[in-house]
Amino acid sequence: MSNDSLEHRNKRTLRKLLIWALAMFGFAFAMVPFYNVICDITGLNGKTSSTASSEGPSRTVEDRTVTVEFITQRGQGVNGDFMSATRRVKVHPGEITLVNFYASNPKNSDIVTQSIPSVTPGEAARYLHKTQCFCFDQQTLAAGERKEMPMIFYLDPELPRHINTLTLSYTIFDVTDRVAATNNNVVAP
Amino acid sequence: MSTAATAHDDHHHHAPTGLKRWLFSTNHKDIGTLYLWFSFAMFMLGGLLAMVIRTELLEPGMQFVDPEFFNQLTTVHGLAMVFGAVMPGFVGLANWMIPLMIGAPDMALPRMNNWSFWILPFAFLILMSSMFMSAFGAGHPSAPNFGWTFYAPLSTEYGPASTDLFILSVHMMGISSIMGAINVIVTVFNLRAPGMTLMKMPLFVWTWLITAFLLIAVMPVLAGAVTMMLTDRHFGTSFFSAAGGGDPVLFQHVFWFFGHPEVYIMILPAFGIVSAIIPTFARKQLFGYASMVYATASIALLSFVVWAHHMFTVGMPLAGTLFFMYMTMLISVPTGVKVFNWVATMWRGSLTFELPMKWAIAFVILFTCGGLSGLMLAITPVDFQYHDTYFVVAHFHYVLVSGAVFTMFAAAYYWLPKWSGVMPNKLLGELHFWSSLISVNLLFFPMHFVGLAGMPRRYADYALQFADYNFWISIGGFWFGLSQLLFLAVCVLCALKKGEKAPAKPWEGAEGLEWEVPSPAPFHTFETPPVVK
Repeated sequence: MSNDSLEHRNKRTLRKLLIWALAMFGFAFAMVPFYNVICDITGLNGKTSSTASSEGPSRTVEDRTVTVEFITQRGQGVNGDFMSATRRVKVHPGEITLVNFYASNPKNSDIVTQSIPSVTPGEAARYLHKTQCFCFDQQTLAAGERKEMPMIFYLDPELPRHINTLTLSYTIFDVTDRVAATNNNVVAP
Repeated sequence: MSTAATAHDDHHHHAPTGLKRWLFSTNHKDIGTLYLWFSFAMFMLGGLLAMVIRTELLEPGMQFVDPEFFNQLTTVHGLAMVFGAVMPGFVGLANWMIPLMIGAPDMALPRMNNWSFWILPFAFLILMSSMFMSAFGAGHPSAPNFGWTFYAPLSTEYGPASTDLFILSVHMMGISSIMGAINVIVTVFNLRAPGMTLMKMPLFVWTWLITAFLLIAVMPVLAGAVTMMLTDRHFGTSFFSAAGGGDPVLFQHVFWFFGHPEVYIMILPAFGIVSAIIPTFARKQLFGYASMVYATASIALLSFVVWAHHMFTVGMPLAGTLFFMYMTMLISVPTGVKVFNWVATMWRGSLTFELPMKWAIAFVILFTCGGLSGLMLAITPVDFQYHDTYFVVAHFHYVLVSGAVFTMFAAAYYWLPKWSGVMPNKLLGELHFWSSLISVNLLFFPMHFVGLAGMPRRYADYALQFADYNFWISIGGFWFGLSQLLFLAVCVLCALKKGEKAPAKPWEGAEGLEWEVPSPAPFHTFETPPVVK
């Protein structure tokens, strides 16, 4: 009798622990959206918003000047040029500024690119608002094309006082294969 | 013999013999022995890889291996030691000792126990086979070359073809560990002898119980991380790929959420072993039993909120680095309680210095040394200098080699009489201890200096000014590696029953149920549970 109930108890404990292990496996995946939310709130990874900001600046802080630097990098598979028209601009918070970026495709075939922004220091990310950016969408570069890609931004007037310089970095990736794979999946039933 | 299949619930049949005994075994002692031999084999194999690393680093410049292969060596060395030597070693000790210590006839789930062991050799066969991939023309470089921490994108976009073998083998190791951990918890919860309350359990059982909970909590997270890697590599997801909107830094968060509890998984059972050995040879009760239990539990809980101290340099908000810095430093409080209790146990005890005690005392001193360098690494601004230098290598080898591995030697010398029925050879044992003690410090202590001076880890070459130190580090490495052959000899002599016959209780001051069964422990023990008063 006691033997039977022992087996029962063992099975029950086993089941509980297995459920826990499975839940923790799920937790690993839950960390992904959780991380993104934390990053949105804190600017942990320096990502800027991926959509255009709908409203303009409330005011311009004329007595304050902040340096914004631009860095461009080529990710895997990109061998054309990718650069900004200017290395740095001095702006007042709230002042709307346009900076042009250039990308070229020396290949004989069209490529689809995606640029990923990142701001240093990370806490400045949520004070950088863009009303237009080539990074919001994938950009197709025709064979041999050199493309001008504008980016319009302003700094939030509430930008913390201790931030005097911020660096906006773009990395351009060739996502042609990725896009093709997604399209194939859509076409295939 | 048809008995093999039914042996586990029919104690009156003779145990199966030969290969079948080991393949089909559901006996906790046999499985414990398998785990221990496997762990030792992986320790020697991982050590062999380390010897090649140290040969290359004997002199500055490139001598024996190319940098690509060097990266594979450090990766496979780390994986073999962490997942092949230390973790299975402690699982083997748990299998052997937990049922004996709590008066249980066996582990609660013996068939699962068999399975959790036999997955392991295949997992490592897969991992090791990756080293020969390019010899068969299957991709270059051959083995995973991204370090045991397999950071994305090194392991995703840039990983060699054999990364998929690595992913499969990590999954298998994970399943094995989770099953082993579940078995420990079910055994401790349901199979304790009457009267063996939780607060009467030996500390080794306590630390293993807490370790098992850590394993169940974080091994699935590791499985999640490698699954995300797999889908990033082959199924078009972008968890860690910036090009698709993911974030490589996310990988480090997921990995270290597993990785930090993992380092306590590798040290908590060691605390339990030392807490068994020191009272025996001090002939005193362990000082502060309850505080030891609570300290172990607090270390385990804190281990979930310190992971980002491995990644201070990725760029975190100040508040984040401060949080992780203070939490990390907080861990030194329960750890300090433990070290204090061990010293207090020895204080005014009737100390004798048999082999297990020597290893245990060496552990207390050297582990504290590793703990202190850990405290230095926890300080964020200072970590910016130390990060990814040999200082870090020195730190984790002090806590893992002269920490975890030393306690496994201590455990082996302490319980070998019980396992084999003969006393371990004293002369070989003494030689093994002193030789290891001196060489381990020659090997790892100078790494602190070269690390502070800026020598980065994971490189096949170094600047000229580090040449002298590295020469001596390599000498220490070869010496330490060769010393372990003495331990092999000790174990083989015991396995062959060559030596002085051991009584049921070979250590005068020892306490615990495991000493109430004869030496060697019979195939079946505590079929009728003992009564604990």
